[in-house]
Amino acid sequence: MTFEVIKPGLLTTIQDLGRPGYFHLGIPEGGAMDREAMRIANMLVGNPEDAAGLEAVFMGPELKFNDDALVAIGGAEMPVFVDGEEHKGWTSFPVKAGQTLKFGFLKTGARIYIAINGGVDTPPALGSRSTYPIGALGGFEGRALAAGDTVPVGKATAGVKERTLDQSLLAELPKPVELRVLPGLYWHRLTEASQKQFFADEWKVAPEADRMGYRFRGGNPMEFVERDQPFGAGSDPSNIVDGCYSYGSIQIPGGTEPIVLHRDAVSGGGYFTIGAIISADMDLIGQLQPNTPVKFRQVDMAAALAARHVRSARLDKIRSALK
Amino acid sequence: MKTRYSYGGDEHIFVEMDEEMSLDAFFKSLAMSNAAREANIDGVREICPANASFQVRYDPEVIAPEDMMAKLKELEKIAINAEKRLETRIVEVPVFYQDPWTHDCVIRFRERHQDPSGTDLDYAARINGYDSVEAFIEAHHSAPWFVSMVGFVSGLPFLYQLVERDKQIEVPKYLKPRTDTPKQTVGYGGCFSCVYSVRGAGGYQMFGITPMTIFDADQKVSYLKDFMVFFKPGDIVKWKPIDREEYDRILKAVEDGTYKPRIAEVTFDLEDFNGDMEGTNAKLMEALNDV
Repeated sequence: MTFEVIKPGLLTTIQDLGRPGYFHLGIPEGGAMDREAMRIANMLVGNPEDAAGLEAVFMGPELKFNDDALVAIGGAEMPVFVDGEEHKGWTSFPVKAGQTLKFGFLKTGARIYIAINGGVDTPPALGSRSTYPIGALGGFEGRALAAGDTVPVGKATAGVKERTLDQSLLAELPKPVELRVLPGLYWHRLTEASQKQFFADEWKVAPEADRMGYRFRGGNPMEFVERDQPFGAGSDPSNIVDGCYSYGSIQIPGGTEPIVLHRDAVSGGGYFTIGAIISADMDLIGQLQPNTPVKFRQVDMAAALAARHVRSARLDKIRSALK
Repeated sequence: MKTRYSYGGDEHIFVEMDEEMSLDAFFKSLAMSNAAREANIDGVREICPANASFQVRYDPEVIAPEDMMAKLKELEKIAINAEKRLETRIVEVPVFYQDPWTHDCVIRFRERHQDPSGTDLDYAARINGYDSVEAFIEAHHSAPWFVSMVGFVSGLPFLYQLVERDKQIEVPKYLKPRTDTPKQTVGYGGCFSCVYSVRGAGGYQMFGITPMTIFDADQKVSYLKDFMVFFKPGDIVKWKPIDREEYDRILKAVEDGTYKPRIAEVTFDLEDFNGDMEGTNAKLMEALNDV
């Protein structure tokens, strides 16, 4: 089966759970920014959790289905319509051949995930269908969807019943948004005063926030521990000899605006990093709109691991609820 | 050199051999990352070597962070005794210096540069003590280079100049990164040269462009049929200056599938190199004569 892209929205890409294994060559893992939403959307239509679907940011696409399909939307809150009839998020619903799937305005969050029974079936590249536009890799011809594209969908699993997620099982969004940070990497480059200030300040998501990284502004500039710059690093105190970057790592070029590297991260570079967002909070970043106030909170490894367990226990509960 | 270990969140461990760049730091990082790969540690997801550091990504549900850390620290002993010798290849990479495309880009992003009055090459030549851009370009392509890291985006190589440290070219990065860089631009930042494998953002100074494709996701380019990325750490590069005519000819040959990069097998021994840089370089470059 197939569907046709009538309007692509702002930026709609094919994503799954990514292609680990090539970061040493500068090819990032990629995949859904909000992994949990992608997984749940797949569960709702009876797909394996790693099936490919669509990720759309801020604005939904308009899609015309050429065959009958079972569809579910996860992630951000955005009204969804099938030929004008409204459906809810976090629930699967049928779309008939010839019908059009459309979206209203974004209410909360930033990214929706569209799962279709059978999964998007474009050719995988390096083991994944995730779109990496910088390398023209994966997805639909290595790029975001455009009007007129006809997208293939795999063979639907027969007999999948419609399901609805009990939304009380989802994580509650902390308000104001808090991102937990494990300090490390080049943390020692900051003065003690700056280390404290970074966590005390209120930051805001900058407009430059995408799949590669989320930029923040509004906090105080950093002060660096004085040193002679090492050979090969470059002259700015925020420069290091180009090294590898961790997913979720926080770099602060020039000491002014922190950037958190996300799923389409550059694999390395010449800016110092002060630690990384814990893995359990990465999905949340994918749902932040520009201008959202954010505080960074310092945690230790034990807290980071505990947060991972909370996340996987929650997902297990959701799995059994949707069986 | 003092090795520094750090957690990068709950899924990464970052190991820095040295704060400053040197081939000794590179060889140690390569030896340690190879040892980590060979140790086949359960739970390891990715191993990424860099210029003077490397990083391991692991699953903390399979191996506890402190156990992963302890295992990596053990590997350091192996790395110290590793041979600083590589069976590798030297590749000739044609470069059209002062080409019109990077020149356009140099002009477009002038306000982000340290010295808006001239070009990136004017600036780099002056701050490195060369009388002319021509003399600077000659210094850039006369000695071979060592690929000490592949990354940033899509198979981009970082290259380290094989000359004495006081002769190494050093330039700062743009004050504010550009939002655009032509595909296959030959760039420079810190003590590293690079080739931008794809079009995109960048902060390195721009010196020229190569017609040789080094990343092809579709794997249509004849010499990228086996894998989409051309370079790997340890490769040695010799830049070959070319003019517009030669550039156009090679570009067409790459498209036709008839271009064959000039490549020769060589051995690089760090001790030999440190003992006699000119002699070692001459031998490395001679290997290309037989191709």
